Amino acid sequence: MSLKSELESGRFAITAEIGPLKGTDITEIVEVAELLRGRVTAANVTDQQSSVMRLGSMVTCHLLSDHGLEPVLQMTCRDRNRIALQSDLLSAWVLGAENVLALTGDLPALGDHPDAVPVYDLDSVQLLSVISRLNEGFDMMGNELKGRTDYYAGAVVNPGADTEASFDMQLFKMEKKIAAGAKFFQTQAVYEPERFAKFMKRVEGFGVPVMAGVIPLKSVGMARFMNKNVAGVCVPEETIQRCAAAEDKTQAGIDIVAELMRDLKDLCQGLHVMPIGWEKKVPQMLDAAGL
Amino acid sequence: MLLSKQKPFEEILGFLEGESRVFLLGCDGCAQASGTGGPVQVAEMKSKLEDAGKTITGTDVVGFLCEKALVKSRLAPKTNAIMGSDSILVMTCGVGIQAVAASVNKLCHPGCDTQNLGGSRGEWQGSERCRECAECVLESTGGICPLTSCSKGLLSGQCGGASAGKCELSPEKDCGWELIYHRLKALDQLDKLKKLAPPKSWSKMSPDVHILATSHYALENPAQEEAATE
Repeated sequence: MSLKSELESGRFAITAEIGPLKGTDITEIVEVAELLRGRVTAANVTDQQSSVMRLGSMVTCHLLSDHGLEPVLQMTCRDRNRIALQSDLLSAWVLGAENVLALTGDLPALGDHPDAVPVYDLDSVQLLSVISRLNEGFDMMGNELKGRTDYYAGAVVNPGADTEASFDMQLFKMEKKIAAGAKFFQTQAVYEPERFAKFMKRVEGFGVPVMAGVIPLKSVGMARFMNKNVAGVCVPEETIQRCAAAEDKTQAGIDIVAELMRDLKDLCQGLHVMPIGWEKKVPQMLDAAGL
Repeated sequence: MLLSKQKPFEEILGFLEGESRVFLLGCDGCAQASGTGGPVQVAEMKSKLEDAGKTITGTDVVGFLCEKALVKSRLAPKTNAIMGSDSILVMTCGVGIQAVAASVNKLCHPGCDTQNLGGSRGEWQGSERCRECAECVLESTGGICPLTSCSKGLLSGQCGGASAGKCELSPEKDCGWELIYHRLKALDQLDKLKKLAPPKSWSKMSPDVHILATSHYALENPAQEEAATE
């Protein structure tokens, strides 16, 4: 069952994120695809995540399709102007992508090519409007397409915005994304189910499925790094201590994320696992969570 | 207004390798304002180059080096000093350096790098910046420009990277959208954040073709000017 039909029919859906590596060796992508097929509904493929140059999202999505795993094409506005964005959307559709996640994209200054020009010709909301237009059979200038797309478009939201202004703006932007054509949302990593429940209460009326994002903790250092550097992510001290005290860090990381997934399951319409290097451990996490 | 910074002294010395006699030229327009080519910096450069064993044949600070007619008339009395040099070190913006190089029959070395203004024009105090996008959006953002105050120049609102009201680029930098939010809230205009912003027409940023053809550029090409007014 496709991501679209699962979410639209109200079934609980699970997606996992795959970050292509730097280089042309696709061995691991194929291994991960084989492992995740049947365990998740679809897999997101990141688009030059953290502004670090790697193998592209479009070709990786195509590889996943080839191996029977439904892809979600992540597309950021950082590296392409409106001509390239639209062309890539047409190309990816031809290569079998049916889901797309529209993002603004991290600043190049944060990645491994800090001198690159940041494009941002469009932003995430405008990109969603463009996707809707391509689905209708027209480019953004109103020129007719010979063969349209029919993407299931999604977007992201940060439920952990840490100022009142940020939180309000996340909601405003979420509504704009829906107006522009977003049919589902995946969130930034959540570690506090209670806080997430409050967010879900606020967006209840929006009527779109929300998939809560989770990231397994691989180490105490990783938790501290995210708390310091990743906006909207807040790993509670209690969780960090639990990780620190554990003898088997890997098992602790899996246990913690499994518990989190069980707690979040009843609050939203799906889960989005961002394993960040632990792609092959996703089945274990899902097993531990009973999903 | 053009913003410049002085090139590293080692780089300048590299330009002057094999030369012993140098004429120093500064500009008391923008280069003085930038603190890179005014009378103070020209005097400093003179003593540093003398310490490095160079002979300074003369110095001048002209306002404005970007005007070729002015450059020629101001430098005429110093022709001997200039022609008796191996080169001129021009401590000003890229326009000024090119104007001097076009006006004087002598090798010119750049003493400065010209930087992007980041949107500041004319006045250089204050924090307001304009990207000259030719499609002003200040009406919907409480009078704070999102193109220059947001690191990504986003039109649809804050990205997910803001933390504690600061930009993901640096905790020192305010998130422009956070500022816009507070301004609009104070004005009771938060509803403006709910409106979809159309994509920008970047093509509007370039000056119209007729302006390019008939302003200063045309004055340097009288034939074209005449043709244009016929």
